Amino acid sequence: MKITIERAALQRALTAAGRVIESRNTLPILANVLLRSETGTLSIHATDLDIEAVAKVACEGEDGSACVDAKLLTGIVAKAGGSEITLELVNGSVIIKSGRSKFKLGTLPIEDFPQLSDATFDAEFDMDIAAAFAPVRFAISNEEARYYLKGVFFHAKDGKFAAVATDGHRLAESTGEIDAEFAGVIVPRKLCEMLPAGNVSIAVSSTRIRLTTAALVLTSKLIDGTYPDYIRVIPTSNDKIVTVDKAAMTAAADRVSTIATERGAAVKLSIAPGQIAFSKAADGNTADDEIAAEYTGEPVDIGFNSKYLHEMFAVLPSGPIDIHVNDGMSPALVTSPAVEGWRGVLMPVRVS
Amino acid sequence: MSETTHLPGFCRDCLRPTRAAEKRCHGCGSPRLVRHAEIAKLSLAHVDCDAFYATVEKRDNPELVDKPVIIGGGRRGVVSTCCYIARISGVRSAMPMFKALEACPDAIVIKPNMEKYASVGRDVRTLMQELTPLVQPISIDEAFLDLAGTELLHKDSPARTLARFARRVEDEIGITLSVGLSYCKFLAKVASDLEKPRGYSVIGKAEAMDFLAPRPVSTIWGVGKAFEAQLAGDGIKTVGQLQKMEIDTLMRRYGVMGKRLYELSRGDDSRTVHPNEAAKSVSAETTFNTDLSRSEDLVPVLRALSEKVSARLKKAEIAGQTIVLKLKTADFKSRTRNHKLDAPTQLADRIFRTGLHLLEREIDGTRFRLLGIGVTDLTSPEQADPADLVDPLAGRRAVAESAIDKVRAKFGKAALETGYTFGKGRETTPQRDRDK
Repeated sequence: MKITIERAALQRALTAAGRVIESRNTLPILANVLLRSETGTLSIHATDLDIEAVAKVACEGEDGSACVDAKLLTGIVAKAGGSEITLELVNGSVIIKSGRSKFKLGTLPIEDFPQLSDATFDAEFDMDIAAAFAPVRFAISNEEARYYLKGVFFHAKDGKFAAVATDGHRLAESTGEIDAEFAGVIVPRKLCEMLPAGNVSIAVSSTRIRLTTAALVLTSKLIDGTYPDYIRVIPTSNDKIVTVDKAAMTAAADRVSTIATERGAAVKLSIAPGQIAFSKAADGNTADDEIAAEYTGEPVDIGFNSKYLHEMFAVLPSGPIDIHVNDGMSPALVTSPAVEGWRGVLMPVRVS
Repeated sequence: MSETTHLPGFCRDCLRPTRAAEKRCHGCGSPRLVRHAEIAKLSLAHVDCDAFYATVEKRDNPELVDKPVIIGGGRRGVVSTCCYIARISGVRSAMPMFKALEACPDAIVIKPNMEKYASVGRDVRTLMQELTPLVQPISIDEAFLDLAGTELLHKDSPARTLARFARRVEDEIGITLSVGLSYCKFLAKVASDLEKPRGYSVIGKAEAMDFLAPRPVSTIWGVGKAFEAQLAGDGIKTVGQLQKMEIDTLMRRYGVMGKRLYELSRGDDSRTVHPNEAAKSVSAETTFNTDLSRSEDLVPVLRALSEKVSARLKKAEIAGQTIVLKLKTADFKSRTRNHKLDAPTQLADRIFRTGLHLLEREIDGTRFRLLGIGVTDLTSPEQADPADLVDPLAGRRAVAESAIDKVRAKFGKAALETGYTFGKGRETTPQRDRDK
């Protein structure tokens, strides 16, 4: 292998693929990238055994392949002075030259680099998956014991897709149109956090998802588990609807939370015609606030975890937000007239 | 010694003030005299029961009085406590049981009866609380006491009140303890250890620096084996060497610990006695009779321990948000794994399920000698175990657990067991548990 590549393009490709690599690895090979140059294209492979990333960049020179430490190569490319970089495999080492700098890196056997087995896919389609997942990602669970909640549940039927995340305390669903049909899959959190922006080609099977853009192919294992029947928990008969301004609501909840000793403590909302009163008590201190709200029903008291309230409102555009409540004990539904196809559910918490 | 005989003091047995130059009490003939220049001024004490578990067992079975006694679990496990006779043969607490029995083959090994010790510990604490409201228990058998300002109440100096207290514990409870009296917590604790058993040691402010100077750095609270080795690597072995160093040098090298080294090496400790200092974690652990590696052996133990931790959380009306799993491998390497929950919990079910998840990742054929589970990040139970959107069974499991709790409260712990622990026998019974 002896190739020449534009430095900036190589840096972009290394960064894109390198995001898969974990900072600490039990297997040394997982800290490496596999470089493979073939007929004018260099592909950079990186994996954590669950996700495989392949970034592509144009190059000139002889074909070949080598495995080198990802962090070192990325660092060298980032600091290199020249506008072009030459990579050459000589006696088991990769020589990197740019401008007047020269580096020699050790390699690992390319046979040792793990490859995710090829899968056949059940559905292929194009969509802006990053935009679809963005307003639900915040609700992904961190809890080990319920590993099946540690991702976004993604399914498509009758021309409609739904992306859902929940941790049992809040839930968010985003839906839209799609030209495909597939049974539900659970996309792991890590992939959800590195989705390429804009329209991408997607292929889905029961065990894999593959996202393809011009410069990057991401193939990920899916979480093997059964997602709970979430539709059942989205309230449909909450008839007390209060409309609030996003900014006013977020600010008031934030103000009363100032006295909280721990992040995400409960805030009590007393909903009454024309207004919502906020109150919070912690360690003998109290805080009260009030905002105007459109509401004509009976007064309701309900408590929410302020962190969950904040994170859910954060994904919605500014302006009015509707909160549909039933009573102080049942889950509340959140919708925004500006975002069609999005629903959020918040579990109330006990407040005195 | 001739100088000290002129210092003020009293007889620890009859409390008569000492006369100059006497070696035994002129009233009762006891040699247990205590003298110190600052004895009338000092009021901060550390009280530590002598070989607590062993002493309690000897009290309850006088046949054991002149025999070496070891309290600890089974053939395996470690020595919890050993009496002073066993210590002559080299037995030490925390020593593996097989080593202890090698050192002292005729020792009588008694399984710990934690409930009994806890009850005796409470009796001792009740007597402490009659001395001062400022009692800070450190464990079941030791506590810091601040007797400042109690002179009028007891019509006597703190030093004499403590001596009277030690005698009272011997008479009324039947166990012995050692008292360390000083002006700060650090030196009170050091003092209580100087003369065990039935000790009474005084360290005053004037002598603190000289007293500490020749001692090893491990005397300082917070210097464990690893830190001691680090300091030794830097050429620091005695507290005296620390006394000669500058605070900024120590802080630059050792961070926060550097400040502690600087202050404590000079006998400068401003920590006060906090009664009822809240527990930081609640945990339970057990050492197995034989090393275990299979999940079918480990899981029942985890379940039993989770139930124990949960019961204690519920009793104390606290909840915890981080679950900590502790394992010790057959070659004595510790592994701790933790996981922070979204919301605090009190439920055995959640502690167990979370612990199980952590445990499953460690089961790879490795043989373990110890398993423990605990919770930290303790909070009030108000926000614990909230209703769950997608797990309706969680609510039902919580209801089932509270029903189990009620049955157990009425008919005893063994009245109702889950399938995880049923028929699994003693191995699942925790031998040792602790609070930090």
